[in-house]
Amino acid sequence: MTALGIFSSANLNGGQKLAMKYFAVSLALFGAQILFGLLAGLQFLMPDFLFGVVDFSVNRTLHVNALVIWLLYGFMGGVYFILEDEAKHPIVGLGLGNLIFWVLTSAVVIVILVYLLVQVGPGEMSSIWLINEGREYIEAPRWADIGITISMLVFFFNVFATFSKGRYTGIGGVLVLDLLALAGLYVFGMFYTPNISMDQFWWWWVIHLWVEATWEVLVGCIMAYMLIDTMGVRRKIVETWLYIEVALMFGSGILGLGHHYFWIGTPEYWFTIGGFFSALEPIPLVAMVVHAIFDAGVHKMKNKNHPALGWTIAQAAGNFFGAGVFGFMHTLPQINLYTHGTQWTASHGHLAFFGAYSTAVIGFFYLAAQKARGNVWMSGNLPGNGWKWKWAMALLWIGMIGMTMALLIAGYEQSQIERAIEGSTWMGYFAAQEHPWFIQAMVWRQLSGYGFLLGYILLVWDLLTIGKGETRPAQVVETGTH
Amino acid sequence: MSQTAWWASESLWRKSAIWVTGVSFILLIYLTFDTLPYIKAGGINVPGFSVINKRIDYQYNEVKHRYLPVIGQDEPLFGKMLTEVEAEALVSKGKLTTQAKNCMACHTLLGNGAYFAPDLTKSWIDPAWGSKETREADMVAFLMDPTDKLHNSIGRRMPNLGITLDEAKATVAFLKWMSAINTNGFPHNFKSLDQSDAPAAAAPVTAPAAAVVAPVSQ
Repeated sequence: MTALGIFSSANLNGGQKLAMKYFAVSLALFGAQILFGLLAGLQFLMPDFLFGVVDFSVNRTLHVNALVIWLLYGFMGGVYFILEDEAKHPIVGLGLGNLIFWVLTSAVVIVILVYLLVQVGPGEMSSIWLINEGREYIEAPRWADIGITISMLVFFFNVFATFSKGRYTGIGGVLVLDLLALAGLYVFGMFYTPNISMDQFWWWWVIHLWVEATWEVLVGCIMAYMLIDTMGVRRKIVETWLYIEVALMFGSGILGLGHHYFWIGTPEYWFTIGGFFSALEPIPLVAMVVHAIFDAGVHKMKNKNHPALGWTIAQAAGNFFGAGVFGFMHTLPQINLYTHGTQWTASHGHLAFFGAYSTAVIGFFYLAAQKARGNVWMSGNLPGNGWKWKWAMALLWIGMIGMTMALLIAGYEQSQIERAIEGSTWMGYFAAQEHPWFIQAMVWRQLSGYGFLLGYILLVWDLLTIGKGETRPAQVVETGTH
Repeated sequence: MSQTAWWASESLWRKSAIWVTGVSFILLIYLTFDTLPYIKAGGINVPGFSVINKRIDYQYNEVKHRYLPVIGQDEPLFGKMLTEVEAEALVSKGKLTTQAKNCMACHTLLGNGAYFAPDLTKSWIDPAWGSKETREADMVAFLMDPTDKLHNSIGRRMPNLGITLDEAKATVAFLKWMSAINTNGFPHNFKSLDQSDAPAAAAPVTAPAAAVVAPVSQ
């Protein structure tokens, strides 16, 4: 180990060194997501901006794909970061894991360049294989799908083999099963059919069962480690909570898939199943809030990494409001008939992805920054009273809440004017789009986006400098009785 | 420290997690098998591809209290009756085109996608096309070269995506087929294009109808 306060990979174990690579790409793609989001947002206000050069469709595709990939990279980094410590064993097949990082990252770069430079192809299978599958969130061409699947299998092998050779903890067991499901589900998105109902039915298996089930559990696992590591919460408590959360999350989330089966040609019994189970979906999120706040209180907020704790609490609250409350607000079919396909969904999507996932990954960025500088002090009394991380967090949250609320207003306006009054025709759509209420909402969304960008810049600056020259070692956390 | 209560025990919740997940997943698989006959082409809710040979409308159903597709008399697309196999090939080419051109990154299909441009679920019967006599030709022309055609008052336009004549026709076939899917009443309160056989002059030509197809005047 090198001296405190100096950024060095010698401070990290093998898995953590690999994790740092994933985190670096993840943070860069987070920036790309914001950039393309801002460009797409601007095109709502100035439709001729970059028209015919980088159209809205291109910016939007890059915005949502960068989101999926930076979060996946963040999760993979998080898992590699905790793996050796959790399993008490060096990572099995680390060389292969490193190789796959470069393969995956090269594929991501090529896909981004093709999106930007080639954009669209002829209406033939070759376009699906080489350019763009044209299916929201999983637009990546088929060759990249296969690459992603192989990478996920190698990642799964690293995790599975390391736990098997070392020790299986509760967190480890849940993680292994969850990753298996996560990798397996991706395959359901890899086929072509002319039938759009069949297409969207299976497409939701991937999107929903990732985002509202397996991702939630994956984040539950790495956040469980976070609570043990930074606050010293007793493993038995954390793992019992993890099981409760898995039961509630899968118990509500798997059949909660039904809320995507209201309007795509599926039978009407999905109204009842989707409505009922998605109404239950907020419950595990409430449980997570209770858990995080309770633990922080029991440990009197005493922990070794204040920024990470801040983001952990933000994660519990953000997950509850973004995924739970904002999801439930428009999930019942009686409401969804008017909100489906409007900015309501964008509002919910923004707060949910940020609240549930971005926060968790940012928490891990801080954990990694601390460790890379030799496990330095990151509790209270940081230089400048830790203004950088606090302001970064404040600006990111203000920006995100601003965007969410602006999009919600736009969504309400669309539901009223486009749907309820005008009757969902194209004339109705544009009547809503040209209404001052909608345009004002888009202006506020854009301004909030700039605030969010400032928060991001500050976050990057803070992550690169926090702990620099720090001479105090990290606060020792005792494993408590709670 | 006191003994852990039974309801707080780790093993109880581990077993619960396994059972709840397993049962939920089995139920999902059962429901999936039950749903497939509804959503296959030619199934209960999703028509066969040769439905593009028919007139397709969307009307309020007094019994179900929701809007449902109404399949009417023969009205072949581009004046040509197709077999099921030919229709499937054409619709498939259209669907491939919508994917290769990434339509979903601006539009929604069945309400899913992006919100920069209108929903395409019922685009075949949208009143914006003005009259059913000119609709097919107008749709093809619009898809092939949309940029200079006026769309709306806010200046948002569709870019030229290099769609060929064959791709445009196939896309129209796909859109016509999609409009015949029973979507449980989504979108609600939709007033479709007048497709009655009355003389064309009687068809209501709404303002955006002219707007969609008219060249930019300035």
